Amino acid sequence: MTTGPLEFGLNTFGDVPTDHAGRTLSDAETVRLVVEEGKHAEQVGLDVFSVGEHYREGYVDSATPVLLAGIATATERIRLGTAVTVLSTNDPVRLYNEFSTLDAMSNGRAQLVLGRASQTQSFPLFGYDIADYETLFEEKLELFMKLQREMPTTWSGTVRSPLTEQTLHPQMRPGGIPTWIGVGGSPNSVIRAARYGLPLMLAIIGGEPERFAGHVDLYHRALEQFGQPMQPVGQHALGLIADTDEEASETWWRAWEPMVTQMGRERGFYPPTRERYELELASGALFVGSPETVAQKIVRMTHELHISRFDLKYDIGGLPVDARARTIELFGTRVAPRVRELLAVEQHESQSQSQDLPTTHPVHPIGATHA
Amino acid sequence: MPDIQSTLPTIGILGAGKVGTVLSRLLLATGYRVLIAGSGSPSKIALIIDVLAPGAHATTAEEVARDADIVILALPLGKYRSIPAHLLEGKLVIDAMNYWWEVDGIRPDLNDPRVSTSELIQSFLPASRVVKAYNHMGYHDLDEGPTPAGTLGRKAIAIAGDTPSDLAAVATLVNASGFDPVLAGNLRDSIALQPHSELFGANLTAEGVQDALTRFPTSERGREVAAARAGDGVAGLSLA
Ligand SMILES: NC(=O)c1ccc[n+]([C@@H]2O[C@H](COP(=O)([O-])OP(=O)(O)OC[C@H]3O[C@@H](n4cnc5c(N)ncnc54)[C@H](OP(=O)(O)O)[C@@H]3O)[C@@H](O)[C@H]2O)c1
Repeated sequence: MTTGPLEFGLNTFGDVPTDHAGRTLSDAETVRLVVEEGKHAEQVGLDVFSVGEHYREGYVDSATPVLLAGIATATERIRLGTAVTVLSTNDPVRLYNEFSTLDAMSNGRAQLVLGRASQTQSFPLFGYDIADYETLFEEKLELFMKLQREMPTTWSGTVRSPLTEQTLHPQMRPGGIPTWIGVGGSPNSVIRAARYGLPLMLAIIGGEPERFAGHVDLYHRALEQFGQPMQPVGQHALGLIADTDEEASETWWRAWEPMVTQMGRERGFYPPTRERYELELASGALFVGSPETVAQKIVRMTHELHISRFDLKYDIGGLPVDARARTIELFGTRVAPRVRELLAVEQHESQSQSQDLPTTHPVHPIGATHA
Repeated sequence: MPDIQSTLPTIGILGAGKVGTVLSRLLLATGYRVLIAGSGSPSKIALIIDVLAPGAHATTAEEVARDADIVILALPLGKYRSIPAHLLEGKLVIDAMNYWWEVDGIRPDLNDPRVSTSELIQSFLPASRVVKAYNHMGYHDLDEGPTPAGTLGRKAIAIAGDTPSDLAAVATLVNASGFDPVLAGNLRDSIALQPHSELFGANLTAEGVQDALTRFPTSERGREVAAARAGDGVAGLSLA
């Protein structure tokens, strides 16, 4: 049920890394590094490069469209997106202007994922109450999609001043740019994406990714119910690729453990154990390992979740610049081709199998559980 | 099957999100009848329930509260005042809610070391019997974790409440849903199951849960709670 060939993307939050000597890069150095990494992603043949939106120490992605514009002028082919845009605290009109400009500048390569993001600093920063999250997201999504789909736009709501027959410039290409909805597990958000007929990006950052099979099924059935055409499903995951599993695991742990410990301190949960970490590597949400290990895991996801896009977030704070570069390199030159190869073999096998045994119909696990 | 069902209490779940749908699945799987509601009309969650918890009956919060024998609270804690309190009179209510500032906003009233949030819920539902359960384990662990009783390494859920018979009923439910129940004291003690405690987010066996509970009083959070409570002799009264 995947639509088209699998696409490969990289995600960055502009996490501040360390250099060879263990020195932490300055914010400005990190900004320039992200642009270089965007170029690198294109060189190794990846499809999309996406930048997040955060407002706190250790992340330099607060001005997402500015970073993307920098990468746009330094690249030619790779598509440029977000991971994710915190729609609730953005003005949809401003967002339209920024991304129509980016799309023009990059010659039609701009796209977006709209969502909630894993951090919430933008709410107090821009004078919003997180308790109003739902209303903000709902109304702003309505307006943003309206701006993309019908211009001049007339709109009124509670979260900003109304628009009457408003036209914005530069105008977007007809129909707007690809706009995904990022979800973290709330079934309501899945329904919302389907209601708007927008593609779904599953942010899976803990636990067994297979758990989301029900969400994918829900999404497909909701699209059907709303009379919307089929849309792609993507997966956003965290990970690191190195020459060996062991090297990948050790390098990631050194940066991941303090980061999750800090997150836990803020939210009130305890630091992860090494045991838990090993589990996340083996069967959980982390894509950390050698190219072969990561490729096999991605292939599994295409079966379980019917994804047609896989985005890897390759930076977490404190990771050495070299490890990031190596991940980008191996993701593009080794993992992506290997996944395509494995999928092609499977497709070939299932085709010849179905010719041999025209009566056997493997029952799909997702359909089966809910039949 | 119908015979078993008639002897089992009907479970109501308020909240059809991540936790609500997972708990529905777990309880349906062991034969309970499950009623579930979100904040709006049943039609809003009908498809969600059909796909993620097939077999549960999607209805209104009022009907859940009225018709269920045991009601599980699986909605954002910050919205507890929207719970239909009068319809829950005389019922056993399981509080699975936590203060999560990214959802609830900054709410000092929900983050007070002197008062557990389940005590707040108990005082909001004075005619119900509140037991804390299912709150400390992440929803994906709840989803992946259930095993039959007696399984080696079976994961455990801590439960806390004021009445032994209610604790026994909740222990039965927890066990049926695939986890070892571990008694963690009364509602006041349930602060050891809340955010900032070692147990919060933990996915442990009964022994591990027990150990974490034993360590709580001497943990940093435990000492903070004890100090705040010692300095506030009228904490109990401030609830009224
Ligand atoms: N996520 C976890 O891992 C986890 C683990 C243990 C405990 N908990 C606790 O469990 C609770 C639910 O968390 P969640 O992650 O499941 O959140 P969630 O996915 O956002 O779901 C919350 C659900 O509650 C519903 N709701 C809101 N107000 C309601 C009301 N007055 N009556 C009935 N339903 C109402 C929402 O419906 P609408 O969308 O229609 O508003 C939604 O279906 C929270 O208190 C949380 O702290 C969470």
